Amino acid sequence: MSGHTAEEIRAEVRRYWLVGLALFLLTIITVAVSYLHLSAGMAVAIALIIACVKGGLVAGVFMHLISERQAVYALLLLTAVFFLFVMLGPLGGRLGGVGG
Amino acid sequence: MQIPYTVEERPDTGLYNAKLGVWLFLASEVMLFGALFSSYILLRTGDPSFMIVPHAIAEQLGHAGHGELRWPAELNVPIAFVNTLVLIFSSVTIVMSWASLRLRKLDKFRLWMGLTLLCSLVFLVLKAVEYNAKFSHHLLPGTANFLAIYFTLTGLHALHVIGGVVVNGYLWGPGAKMWKSDPARFTNRVEVAGLYWHFVDLVWIFLFPSLYLL
Amino acid sequence: MSVLEKQPPEPEAHEHHHEEPFWRKYIFSQDHKVIGIQYGFTALIFLLVGFSLMLMMRWQLAFPGKPIPIVGGLLGSANAPGGIMLPEFYNQLGAMHGTIMVFLAIVPLAVGAFGNYVVPLQIGAPDMAFPKLNMASYWVYATGGVVMLASFFVPGGAANSGWTSYPPLSTIATQGQTWWLVGMIFLITSSLLGSVNFIVTILQLRAPGLTLMRLPFFVWSQLVTAFLLLLAFPPLEAAGVLQLMDRIANTSFFTPSGLVVSGEVLDVAGGGSPLLWQHLFWFLAHPEVYVLILPAMGIVAEVIANNTRKPLWGYRSMVYAAVFLGFMSFIVWAHHMFLTGMGTTISAFFQTTTMIISIPSVIILTALFISLWGGSIRFNTPMLFALAFLPMFGIGGLTGLPLGLSASDIHLHDTYYVIGHFHYVVAPGTIFAMFAGIYYWFPKITGRRMNETLGKLHFWPSLIFMNGIFMPMFVQGLAGVSRRLYDGGMQYDHAQDVLQWNSFMSYSAFGLLAAQVPFLINFFKSIRWGAAVDSNPWRATTLEWAAAPSPPVAHGNFPEEPVVRRGPYEYSVPGHDSDFLPQHAAVQEA
Repeated sequence: MSGHTAEEIRAEVRRYWLVGLALFLLTIITVAVSYLHLSAGMAVAIALIIACVKGGLVAGVFMHLISERQAVYALLLLTAVFFLFVMLGPLGGRLGGVGG
Repeated sequence: MQIPYTVEERPDTGLYNAKLGVWLFLASEVMLFGALFSSYILLRTGDPSFMIVPHAIAEQLGHAGHGELRWPAELNVPIAFVNTLVLIFSSVTIVMSWASLRLRKLDKFRLWMGLTLLCSLVFLVLKAVEYNAKFSHHLLPGTANFLAIYFTLTGLHALHVIGGVVVNGYLWGPGAKMWKSDPARFTNRVEVAGLYWHFVDLVWIFLFPSLYLL
Repeated sequence: MSVLEKQPPEPEAHEHHHEEPFWRKYIFSQDHKVIGIQYGFTALIFLLVGFSLMLMMRWQLAFPGKPIPIVGGLLGSANAPGGIMLPEFYNQLGAMHGTIMVFLAIVPLAVGAFGNYVVPLQIGAPDMAFPKLNMASYWVYATGGVVMLASFFVPGGAANSGWTSYPPLSTIATQGQTWWLVGMIFLITSSLLGSVNFIVTILQLRAPGLTLMRLPFFVWSQLVTAFLLLLAFPPLEAAGVLQLMDRIANTSFFTPSGLVVSGEVLDVAGGGSPLLWQHLFWFLAHPEVYVLILPAMGIVAEVIANNTRKPLWGYRSMVYAAVFLGFMSFIVWAHHMFLTGMGTTISAFFQTTTMIISIPSVIILTALFISLWGGSIRFNTPMLFALAFLPMFGIGGLTGLPLGLSASDIHLHDTYYVIGHFHYVVAPGTIFAMFAGIYYWFPKITGRRMNETLGKLHFWPSLIFMNGIFMPMFVQGLAGVSRRLYDGGMQYDHAQDVLQWNSFMSYSAFGLLAAQVPFLINFFKSIRWGAAVDSNPWRATTLEWAAAPSPPVAHGNFPEEPVVRRGPYEYSVPGHDSDFLPQHAAVQEA
């Protein structure tokens, strides 16, 4: 739950700037790593992990999801499940046969 | 009878109407971009030459004889990197504009929201520069499927940025009149617009590495 | 004990709002009731348009090569020279019949019209949560409809690659396909706006005391439907954007390398996947089937509970079944693709989920059947349509099982059996439920009742002709006759023994048209001259009847905010002097 007193809001503001800074640094790291010429699998893994961390910070702090209501969590959980279906279903078409 | 819970939270859900509404909208946006990412993955893994610049085009770009040329090398990483930072900064500024309203400072709100708008415009201008460079090298959506994905995904994202500019511009300009008549509702509106804007930022955070770096 | 009958005050007492100009009140209205009526009229017109397209197709199938009577001369020489339909025009009619019926007629009628009008009333809300969005949703829908209709007049005519628009056929199709895609993007946007509004309204605006388990089943069906629209439509929107890019920006999302069209290799980059479209299309289009059927189940549940004067049997299990149905509908889509060369492992997965999804449908149907048991049933027109829904949907649902098994689907895929199956679900199924809803809620909207005799003259012929149209399709399909054949199968040896059914089905279709005449007369006549009724003519328990006048108060629906005290179907509760106990009525100890 986001705070209501001026003091709490100022504490929040400090957190926003810290997160912004973290996002800047993570972006620099992603770009730097891409110049290392890692193997494809490794590069994808690192880039996606960093992107997920950044996405988590944005959603968690900027969109204040860490202190959101249960109704929103339920909705996002449902969406996440269907998101996985739409990501994996078409790829699954290749299992056990030709297709693609 | 008035429509209830436009400002205050409904006790059993803990949400006001617009906040639930925007989260539902974002859920559908997740499915929209999910399907597009899914298409990208399916096409990329289904076609071994997806990431490779066809020989004729590589020659036309002046890369003859340098071995295999991959598409991301043709994209402008510095511009996209700056754009990423711009969007992240705009996420901080819009959340600052919301915090300013909660501290009851309208002038600060205008400042931070104005900065957010400025960032969005910078992003769009840089995007236009990037597109223009592609077009002038005859790299069009129809040239190769990687470019098709690149233009479609970044184009749709840019449309979302434009949508955000319209909403944020309204709240910064004429919409701010509501601060006088109904400050709580106006603060909610800014929060909800912020949620959307962060989502636009979040999509870019995934687009940037998966198109430009991998 | 006795029920304190709270007769709602007459609407005149609350007409103290200032008069709004005509265009605000009836055209760009933000009142959910007006928007619901707008949706209803528009959707009924599209229902008639879609039906007319089908009648022309049925003429061609019954009498191939004969000029179409009456309208034949009006179709233009590009479509039907001398009134004789060209194959290209038949393809347009097929694609647009499906598109119009699904996206412009039935969904807008089930969700836009009934949902909009009834849901806020049943939950005791003054309006939808976002009235401006509601208005926008209607006008975006209307725009999409105009785009779809306009596409008939562009060079090459309307979309002609089937309502499924499979690439690469649709990628190389005439300009009408582009219009189809643009129209679809409008319709998807409209349904997005609508679904957000419905979910927020149902979760946020429930009257005090109206817990989730006290919601009428119709509201539950609309809630699940809204989630399906919200989360299943965006992938089709993505696919639509990709196909639009393929058509106008020459990309190859769905075009494979080296595709030969008319003897020449297409000049595109290639490397695309036609199967990708099918995945994304059916990711929407299978949940869409439940978008068509769930509101119908909701209406039927309301009508059955009211006319059996009994609580619904197994209300809770029906609710859980509807929620489970909604969830499962997202993971059955690839049973439409068993014949595409998709891998066998994934076929087995989707075959299993398809078998599982039949369980909740059967639970709902069974609960509705058992609800009839021991009731003293009132056989009025809405109840007749609701009762007919049960076996008709049963036939439609059960004939789907052989299609969901990948082995039997090899024989049945793309035959008339499939057409018979889903039309049983949608035509004598959903459309009958829509008619039940129209007859049931007509007094709520107009304050007048529709004529019972004309209603029965509408119902019985419709029931007979519906079966006359669709039952023979199973026979033809089992014999192996393919769908989308311009000549109805004349050129195939294996179709010869079942060809005679073509004219039978077509005569039934013309009969079905005639059977709608009593409805049209009844509908328009009753608006003006129907028998005036009090606010609750069906003696119903739910809030839209019991707590609001008919028609409801123009702004805010209810004279005073209802407070809900009990579940939705308290009929024939022992120990009360009336056989229904409204959701909000206070009961006084005698």
